[in-house]
Amino acid sequence: MSNNVQTRLAGFALPANVEAFAGVAAHAPYLASREGKHDRKIANSLEDAIRASGLKDGMTISFHHAFREGDTTINSVVAKLAEMGFRDLTLAPSSLLSCNSPLIAHIKSGVIRRIYTSGMRGKLAEAISNGLMDNPIHIHSHGGRVHLMDRGELAIDVSFLGVATSDSFGNANAVTGKSRCGSLGYAMVDAARAKKVILLAEQIVPYPNAPASIRQDQVDFVVKVDQIGDPAKISVGAARITSNPRELLIARLAADVMEHAGYFEEGFSMQTGTGGSATATARFLEKKMLQKGIKAGFALGGITGSIVDLHKKGLIGRILDTQSFDAVAADSLANNPQHWEISTNYYANLTAKAAAVDMVDMVILSALEIDLDFNVNVITGSDGVMRGASGGHSDTAAGAALPIVVGPLIRSRIPTVVEKCTTVVTPGETIGVLVTDHGVAVNPNRPDVAERLTAAGLPVVSIQELYARATELVGTPRPIEFLDKVVGVVRYRDGSAIDVVRQVKG
Amino acid sequence: MKIVKEAIAGTLESSDVQVKVAPSEGTLEVVVKSEVEHQFGAQIRAVVNDTLGRLAVSEGIVLVEDKGALDCTLRARVQTAVLRGGAVKDLDWSVL
Amino acid sequence: MTTSTKLRRSMLFLPGSNAAMLSTAFVFKPDSIMFDLEDAVSLREKDSARLLVFHALKLRNYRAMETVVRINPLSTPFGRQDLEAVVRAGVDVVRLPKTDAPEDVHVLEREVERIELECGREVGSTKLMAAIESASGVVNAVAIATASPRLIGIALAGFDYVMDMQTERGDGTELFYARCAVLHAARFAKIDAFDVVFSDVNDDEGFLKEVELIKRLGFNGKSLINPRQIEQLHNAFAPTQEEVDYARRVVAAAELGERQGLGVVSLNGKMIDAPVIQHARVVLQRAQASGVRR
Repeated sequence: MSNNVQTRLAGFALPANVEAFAGVAAHAPYLASREGKHDRKIANSLEDAIRASGLKDGMTISFHHAFREGDTTINSVVAKLAEMGFRDLTLAPSSLLSCNSPLIAHIKSGVIRRIYTSGMRGKLAEAISNGLMDNPIHIHSHGGRVHLMDRGELAIDVSFLGVATSDSFGNANAVTGKSRCGSLGYAMVDAARAKKVILLAEQIVPYPNAPASIRQDQVDFVVKVDQIGDPAKISVGAARITSNPRELLIARLAADVMEHAGYFEEGFSMQTGTGGSATATARFLEKKMLQKGIKAGFALGGITGSIVDLHKKGLIGRILDTQSFDAVAADSLANNPQHWEISTNYYANLTAKAAAVDMVDMVILSALEIDLDFNVNVITGSDGVMRGASGGHSDTAAGAALPIVVGPLIRSRIPTVVEKCTTVVTPGETIGVLVTDHGVAVNPNRPDVAERLTAAGLPVVSIQELYARATELVGTPRPIEFLDKVVGVVRYRDGSAIDVVRQVKG
Repeated sequence: MKIVKEAIAGTLESSDVQVKVAPSEGTLEVVVKSEVEHQFGAQIRAVVNDTLGRLAVSEGIVLVEDKGALDCTLRARVQTAVLRGGAVKDLDWSVL
Repeated sequence: MTTSTKLRRSMLFLPGSNAAMLSTAFVFKPDSIMFDLEDAVSLREKDSARLLVFHALKLRNYRAMETVVRINPLSTPFGRQDLEAVVRAGVDVVRLPKTDAPEDVHVLEREVERIELECGREVGSTKLMAAIESASGVVNAVAIATASPRLIGIALAGFDYVMDMQTERGDGTELFYARCAVLHAARFAKIDAFDVVFSDVNDDEGFLKEVELIKRLGFNGKSLINPRQIEQLHNAFAPTQEEVDYARRVVAAAELGERQGLGVVSLNGKMIDAPVIQHARVVLQRAQASGVRR
């Protein structure tokens, strides 16, 4: 009696969809050779990887932007796609910055037809604000991007993820190797959801690479590249403590608000973001934490060296990092078991089973504009041109117990407090307090906070009063004129449309 | 006041304004370039013209390059440039 | 010459030629704000600084605080024009640099009065401050401090003074006599005394040490060149909770004594006289302005 499968299965009617065993490598040809097994994901070139991914015209491609202004991956991949003749693609990076101006040419030539992004700056933003694209771009928050993916609207066909190190199976991170951007919080989301994942790795290291921010079971191809980005440009200047007296004044006032608003207790949690006032706020808060013997349970963000510093001093328990803003933060993530990398899904997606933003007590936020209803604009400048990002703003404002917006009342002649925002990104009902150099305004929907801050002797005024002071100094700006054409749709974190950006006139 | 020679006042730093004046026969030409042209262009022109008016400047070329200066700075810089470009040494403070 | 009730702990110096600073400095809320037309302004920019300050003085945000302008000496081509501009613009106090003798104050006073009459400003409303910047000034401090009822204070200016004394700024020994002289002259004339600028803005420890010293000596305030120093100085001048509690009891005892028509006030069996009561009021005033020491 021969020992073959047909014999063994004789007399058994195979159910539908079940085949007879046809050999170990029947469904996995790569198992036939050792090289095949180990190196099957390694593509000899980006071009090879793209071809192997099955990318076609009209599909959706994605990237992370953890290197921010130092990113080289987005531009180089899109340039290669253009060279290969691809067209009508939907570009869905987690965000875009001014270094992405080379994309203008690819939009003009039809390589890119639609864009989903958290924000944009510089020449690219100017061009789009002036009507470059036929289809409006979609502007989403960090958490909102994941939500759009989960509801099927943003379906990534191929994700191109720059990583510092990867093994041949695709276990990859950005905390080891040369260009270390630290947390791959944005990339982790794409790696889990894209149909095909191509890693662009600066270094291929022996198996198994650790930590695996992106895992082997998420990756299709690995391509060796020379550079994925310049970590020095992640936060140009954001890590330094400001010496600007006005920023320090605002920071000190913001720290006073954090102390007295009613959330400053042992184990509280915080998020500060970047920018001169934000990092200085952490330093003023440190003094208060020492004075009152209060430690923070965790910090979330957007992590900078100043947060790591507080943690090292024993003042912050754990750090949840979705983007590392400087080398100190990246190194801390690499070496400190209390400093965790989290995906933007874990961070801020309102339809995730749990989002960390919901646990935060106080968050410091910025604003280009804030209006009399406390709505915040972080995307369009006072001239109507895009120059910012939705980012985690609306996510943290919705989740945190006390969202605090900080900023100067007037920047040069431009008032921050306006009658109506040019573009609403974060709805006013979620903003608790506005801290400016002219005083502190509390949202009328937080009377308890107003009472506590007033009792503490802080300069609390109404937002109407701040508006009046700004107007008295600078005058009333003429409203920006827009054309009817919509160049951008602002999507709130639940996917709904909260505002539009129209084409600037002239 | 009569502008008899070229003069310049102010700087191009943020929140400041640079004003250049030059003599001209018969006409007053005021050119304003501003960082906040759309939002405050009209107001800036009004302040500049009012300031020139109070100094009785009716002839000359006045070039204003604004970097978001407040009205008080605009007035001061225009007055300084006119004074420097004029023949009179001292201002009549009662007209300012 | 009255006992000042205005707190003048911090006097923030601003170069009058810096448009951006003039546009924003009111947010720092020092007790007094001083626009400088003298040493901080180059010769070429004296005219433009004068006009910048002239207009800035009229801003409501500055009208709401005490404004001081350091004019150029009247012996320079700039001084008189500076005075015309700032008196007309409504400055609260004119600070005269390099005051060497009481005659300097008299000359200034006459000019100020002339301008007040010409422009219709209430005569006497423009106050004066004399800056002592030389050995002469120190030696003449008493005569200077009593030279005019318009004087609200005299200030020691360290940089020019130490040059005149043929030494340099150091640990404060070089200012010892000058500080004492200026202080005594001020107390004799019942006006305020102000200490020198601390120029190293990065040396917090050194600054606070100096503030502690001059506060202990009895100075009313200090000239500051960086807004950061304002909060530090206010905090150093702020009384402790114990001092506030004691001051409250003193004032309460004084008010009780007054109501009862007693000539002498006592607290815990000890007699407290007018200077103690006055000091208690100053303590409460400082606490009101900046809270208790942190």
